[in-house]
Amino acid sequence: MVSTTPPTALSAGAVVPDTPAAPGGRRGSARRHWVGWFFILPFLVVFLAFLVAPLAYAGYLSLYTKGLATGTTFAGIDNYKRAFTDPSFLHGLWFVLKFSLVVIPLQVFVALAAALLLDEIVGRLARFARLIIFLPYAIPVVLGSLMWGFLYSPSFGPIEQISTLFNVQAPFLLSQGNIFYGLLNVVTWQWAGYYMIIIYAALQGIDTSIYEAARTDGATARQIAFRIKIPMITPALALILVFALIGTLQFFVEPKVLGPIANGTVTPDFTPNIYAVTLALQYAQFNYASAISFSLGFVVFLAVAIFMFVTRKRGSLFT
Amino acid sequence: MSDALKSRERRTPRHIWGKLLLLALICYFLVPVWWLLVASTKNAEGLFAGSGALWFRGGFHFFDNLHDLFAYNNGEFLTWLGNSVLYALTGGIGCTVISVLAGYGFAKFNFRGRNLVFAAVLGSVVVPLTSLVIPTFVLMTNIGLIDTIWAVILPSLLSPFAVYLMRVYAAASIPDELLDAARIDGAGELRTFFRVALPLMRPGVITVLLLSVVSTWNNFFLPLVMLSTSKLYPLTVGITLWTTLASSNNGGGQSLWNLIIVGSLVSIVPLVIAFLTLQKYWRGGLAVGSLK
Repeated sequence: MVSTTPPTALSAGAVVPDTPAAPGGRRGSARRHWVGWFFILPFLVVFLAFLVAPLAYAGYLSLYTKGLATGTTFAGIDNYKRAFTDPSFLHGLWFVLKFSLVVIPLQVFVALAAALLLDEIVGRLARFARLIIFLPYAIPVVLGSLMWGFLYSPSFGPIEQISTLFNVQAPFLLSQGNIFYGLLNVVTWQWAGYYMIIIYAALQGIDTSIYEAARTDGATARQIAFRIKIPMITPALALILVFALIGTLQFFVEPKVLGPIANGTVTPDFTPNIYAVTLALQYAQFNYASAISFSLGFVVFLAVAIFMFVTRKRGSLFT
Repeated sequence: MSDALKSRERRTPRHIWGKLLLLALICYFLVPVWWLLVASTKNAEGLFAGSGALWFRGGFHFFDNLHDLFAYNNGEFLTWLGNSVLYALTGGIGCTVISVLAGYGFAKFNFRGRNLVFAAVLGSVVVPLTSLVIPTFVLMTNIGLIDTIWAVILPSLLSPFAVYLMRVYAAASIPDELLDAARIDGAGELRTFFRVALPLMRPGVITVLLLSVVSTWNNFFLPLVMLSTSKLYPLTVGITLWTTLASSNNGGGQSLWNLIIVGSLVSIVPLVIAFLTLQKYWRGGLAVGSLK
């Protein structure tokens, strides 16, 4: 079923056009300025109150320390020095970086494969598959993680039972050694469908006459997929990779939810975000927690910048 | 005709592998949901029976479980459900109104400072939103809003991505000539917005509404940090509380797992229905999001 709403037609690479000021003379355009500000005003208030202000406040907090005897004193970059030498922070950071390097290619691979299949195959099965693959997006991450936690569980999950059937020792996917893979599966299941829909929408936006021309020239379906389709959707792929990178480095909900089931595998410093929340809410170390958050933000920013720099050389990713 | 048929037949084997792969994908993505459906019909014995986790057994106890779910601990699940609805509707609708106004403003008015502000909005997509939660917590504490519904609703109003989406949508769906014609006819800016622009943006508005309702409904990090009174919890935080209780075996152990399972099912049903019935809207909307 091809969507009939206008935006799909847009995906052929529309840009935000600069609206020329409407005719109406000087007075009219000066008035128009104020009307523009008026429309964005509510958003601007929310933006300042819940993005700019917290960010500035966190920056401020991170530069101070609070001692019981000494009170609040200016600490400069001491909190940051402490963060980047803190084994707990570095351990969590290492985990999310390692995790990103595996989970992002995996997710994008599943999403891309599914989208290419759905672009090629039409019919009831394909429509049904598209819905089911996207379904996890409508399920809260908390509950998605919980469901997989149940499936992993030795007491009521099927893994134990299937393993007994084959007479092998069941792997507990939330143990110290396996939780990496357990989480890998949960995250891929939760997000691959969302990425699939974005890639699929981009594929549907490609003018099909290109495929006809390629077929006339003797191109196979595989060649069309790899030489035409994938290169043409690189902007969508780049967008997904950036989203996935930002999301995965801030890893929080899945390990947090699986923590109680995992019998102590998820430590309070499992990921930088979990560590920051533990510091803030359990130990009331807001200054240091802010520094940890900022340090994480800095790493995210750096990772996105590196990614953009690397892909820029390939030319077409960000155009 | 026969040529077309032939080539179709030749192509069939390849599609069979593709279809098998699609079937495999369907199974993988459906397994947890299927398990949840099956498990919600079991009583504690059936759940811990140690065999047949993926099939019905030990009788049909779905309605017993449902009854227990809403009865447990003076019906706290119903309170959480109500809270989730409240947060999702107020946060989602508020966010949509704000984003639609801003998207229209950015797309259709060439005011001074527009590009600078919009660049800041786009840049903020890279800011890890979870890192904002802790300073927001401290700010909310300072102004005395911590542990109130406002601490969850107000930050939910912010969605730079929705503004971006609405700007692209407004730019593409509202012709400038139409706005100018309305102005020449003497319509004020607000009237032009409500009578001319808004009807044209309707599919985009519904997409943004659906996406923001979903993201508020699914939110966990923000309410977890902001709320400490369990009466104010949304479903996501409430069910996690039950999991912690059940894992540590303080809250009645085995019987609580049944409630968690049925509760999870009840929590996902409204959104799954919303997504299935409104799919032509969100598919279009997400297509806009994939633009660069």
